[in-house]
Amino acid sequence: MTKTPSTKARDEALLALIKKLVETPGPSGQESLIRAAVAEEIKDYADEIRTDALGNLIARVGTKKPGGLRVMVSAHIDEIGLMVTHVDANGFARFIAIGGVSPLTCIGGRVLFMNGTRGVIGCERLEPNTAPTLEKLFIDTGALSSDDCPVRVGDVCGFERPFLDLGAHLVAKSMDDRISAAVAIQAIRALKDSPHEVFFVFSVQEEVGLRGATTAAYGVNPDVGLAVDVTRTGDTPRTIKMEVALDKGPAIKVRDSSFIADPRVVNWMVAAAKASKIPYQLEVLEAGGTDGRAIQLAHAGVPAGCLSIPCRYIHSPSEMVSYADVENAVKLLVRLLSEEIKLG
Amino acid sequence: MAIDLLPHLKQMLSAPGLSGYEDPIRDIVRAAWQPLCDEISVSRVGSLHALKRGDGPEPRPRVMLSAHMDAIGLMVTGIKEGFLRFTQIGGIDPRILPGQMVTVHGRKDLPGMVVLPPTHLLPPEAGSGVAALQYLLIDTGLLAEEVDKLVRVGDVVSFAQEPIELGESALAGHTLDNRVSVAAVTHCLDILSRRKHAWDVWAVASSQEETGVTGAFTSPVDIQPDFAIAIDVTFAKSTSSGDWRTFPMGEGVTLAWGPNIHPALYAAIIRTADELDIPYSREAAPSMTGTDAYAIQVVQSGIPCLLIGIPLRYMHTPVETVSLKDVRRAGRLMAEFISALPQDFMQTLEWK
Amino acid sequence: MSPNMKMTNNARPRIGKKQIALLAELCNALAVSGDEQEVREIVLREVKPLCQQVEVDAMGNVLATRIGSGQNKARVMIAAHMDEVGFMLTQNDGDGLYGFSIVGGIDERQLVGKAVIVGREHIPGVIGAKAIHLTTPEERKTALKLEQLRIDLGPDGSGKVRVGDRAGFATQLTEIGPSIRAKALDNRLGVANLIELLRGAPENIDLLAAFTVQEEVGLRGARVAAYHLAPQIGIAVDSTPANDLPAYDDDDGENTRYNTRLDCGPAIYLMDGATIADRRLAEWLMKTAEEEGIPYQIRQPNPGGTDAGAIHKTRSGVPSISVSVPQRYCHTAAGLIRKADWENTLRLLSAALWRLDSKILTPSEA
Repeated sequence: MTKTPSTKARDEALLALIKKLVETPGPSGQESLIRAAVAEEIKDYADEIRTDALGNLIARVGTKKPGGLRVMVSAHIDEIGLMVTHVDANGFARFIAIGGVSPLTCIGGRVLFMNGTRGVIGCERLEPNTAPTLEKLFIDTGALSSDDCPVRVGDVCGFERPFLDLGAHLVAKSMDDRISAAVAIQAIRALKDSPHEVFFVFSVQEEVGLRGATTAAYGVNPDVGLAVDVTRTGDTPRTIKMEVALDKGPAIKVRDSSFIADPRVVNWMVAAAKASKIPYQLEVLEAGGTDGRAIQLAHAGVPAGCLSIPCRYIHSPSEMVSYADVENAVKLLVRLLSEEIKLG
Repeated sequence: MAIDLLPHLKQMLSAPGLSGYEDPIRDIVRAAWQPLCDEISVSRVGSLHALKRGDGPEPRPRVMLSAHMDAIGLMVTGIKEGFLRFTQIGGIDPRILPGQMVTVHGRKDLPGMVVLPPTHLLPPEAGSGVAALQYLLIDTGLLAEEVDKLVRVGDVVSFAQEPIELGESALAGHTLDNRVSVAAVTHCLDILSRRKHAWDVWAVASSQEETGVTGAFTSPVDIQPDFAIAIDVTFAKSTSSGDWRTFPMGEGVTLAWGPNIHPALYAAIIRTADELDIPYSREAAPSMTGTDAYAIQVVQSGIPCLLIGIPLRYMHTPVETVSLKDVRRAGRLMAEFISALPQDFMQTLEWK
Repeated sequence: MSPNMKMTNNARPRIGKKQIALLAELCNALAVSGDEQEVREIVLREVKPLCQQVEVDAMGNVLATRIGSGQNKARVMIAAHMDEVGFMLTQNDGDGLYGFSIVGGIDERQLVGKAVIVGREHIPGVIGAKAIHLTTPEERKTALKLEQLRIDLGPDGSGKVRVGDRAGFATQLTEIGPSIRAKALDNRLGVANLIELLRGAPENIDLLAAFTVQEEVGLRGARVAAYHLAPQIGIAVDSTPANDLPAYDDDDGENTRYNTRLDCGPAIYLMDGATIADRRLAEWLMKTAEEEGIPYQIRQPNPGGTDAGAIHKTRSGVPSISVSVPQRYCHTAAGLIRKADWENTLRLLSAALWRLDSKILTPSEA
């Protein structure tokens, strides 16, 4: 049984945008399809759009007015995936992970290669009561032999799972971090009269070490930076303790394992949320990093923070976010970018 | 009139300043350095930059002294029935935490204590031996309603152990890592204020070393030094710590040797130490040093680095122990080395 | 005297600045079992003006008698132990490092990374741990054993102490809002309470105050004190653990093994590992609490013991009971109590003594 959709009217255009973004494949290093999809969505709203040498899509919105700053907002468009390492004589493809892939969520999963090939993930026999490692897994493309196999060493696939609309909650394989791309796109469309020159970066290769945001932040050289990304929650049975929950509003990151968010940025975000009566949560994430760290380290250092979308089951084929949190994240981001930024 | 290092150091030890939250300690360092330098500023990620101009002709070469001022500590992750759950900032062995006094920096500073719940209140996987960080709690002694008003997720928590003088020359306390090195830089600036030196000296109290060497990656971009000296603590020999990574406390500083260190700079500073009879050990650092030097070396086009170590017992506990003799030696060695630097020193460095 | 005699207002005890200052002095003193002198000196100073007879017996107990003026007075012994758990230096490794043993019960996991004081001079020292950087993840899952730990007095600290000296945690008493945090609250709270009871003792009893030694190493002081005093009623005044912390997982339900809880008043013992409380005394205390409007709790019947364990077996037997102030984190660097629990414990004991009728010990007809 699915959840009854919330009685509150939902923005069907936003849902369609989310569906489009989450179903477009784009493992790290293979972001061309998703980059094109994003570019299509913002081309009528941005003042300037470019793609940098690493493949980041960078959209400038507005020009710097008195009291304004150069602001970078980064949402990564890559997702975790797999890369083939060997195709055996019988046509089974062995693979390694691109980004943090758990073998537990792989078995029985379906994958889609960038060349259109589909496959399923199988597993060798295991010692009783043991968990598999990635080395025990293989992709079966239906090939009869190595010669017949439509993929070869180095080919990349993402997980394939359709978007699932549960009403109050939305589920997809790549909410991390397409939901943030959706939030950023909505903010680009909604942003009016900002005193700032805002650089929306749709960054690449986040899942393999914040690589896209590192070069984007160097190129943009912002005065202040925000990542938009998903964060874990602690609201499911007997999970690792964490105070963040779905439906309680977007999270304002205090720290994650990659960096300490600049306290001045945290205070600015909290003040904005309070002033606009947007629900928010404070986030201390004990594992995981975001583009915020890459921005912080650019040049002589940049005050940086992160707006997080609470998300259950991160890096599984069924990442779940709350529709209300997404709408509130858009509101908060627009508010943050619409006014003078005072980092006290 | 030389600055008395003990009160300076004790004042710094009592100031909070966890990684990213260095404001209180930065104010104290600024007050100490202001009279000893010509210009002072704060980087965009919170490092303190102090310039003491040399008297050589322009353009003067620059040396950067980098001592991180941030402290390890804890951060609140949750509140339950007035008890606080927490995680760590910087690396902390959970075994040192039960019974430890802390200060919770909530809406106001609250005294607290880390407590180990009875085994029967923990899940079976927690075991009955060492309790992992996630099972420990902080008790502030306040009623639950009060705690809910005063504390929120993300509040930082400092160790509250007051500094303790052990005998004539040793000092124990928390955050000696790395405030002793900041004190050594103060000592160096103090000596230089009575000396001539050709080079510009940029003293840096760097931020966020314990959470990814953030300050050291960024300050060199502002300062553009010709070379840099990182000053940090190293391991002192003590009970259960006696292998090659450890050095006797009170018997001299260490000078690191390895890939993070420029070999010709190393040769130059040991000449100074030998000439002046300042005791030191050569500290083998076969790969990364885990200090500001690790970051500074690879900023932009690369910066030659030295690393001076001050031996310290019980690192990352609230009873870190150091000998003040070694702190003074570190300051004096830097001052002597810098005041003797000729204008063209960089051109004399050769790869051999 | 009438058993229903009400206390006068000035006999109703309060915890104020004076009481807290005395508790601070008591807690900050070092009195590890077998070397109670620091606390004994404070006790003697306080009780001499209050009592007709004060003596220090062969073991070091302070026995102070406050004789009432009434008729048919009950001889009530109240015992509070002066000693605390701590350490003794056992081995000099040189370079200011000393091996040590634990005196009494202290969880070894509570030792690492603490400041300590050694000997009568309170020489400062620390118990260090290997730097986390030099440990392996496996190592960090293994509790440090006492044999691996040393008290470090600094390289030139050796001259001031010697093997055999006692040591304890360096914690100083702190007031925090509704709470007090200190070392040795077990049982300086009892000592402080007993001193206050002597100050406001009623005339209907002879109050035989025993400030005992060596409780933490086997209730040894109370045994000889009770023999010597030969009381009709024995009461141990102590501090007992409050394990009232939340369970880790919400769905594990409520904590059913709390022993006692803070904010719930004095803990009356019905049974512990050493004593089954005299039921008549228990009824007397509970009735007093109810009639005086003083909150109280029953300590969960559990192992553990107080001086009552020694007292009740003395000579031909002494009806005995214990009353304790609930305390979190007993036998660690610092315990935590609520001032309200302390005050209510003192109020209960005081009110009960004022109401005591020695007839409560005659066998009831039922």
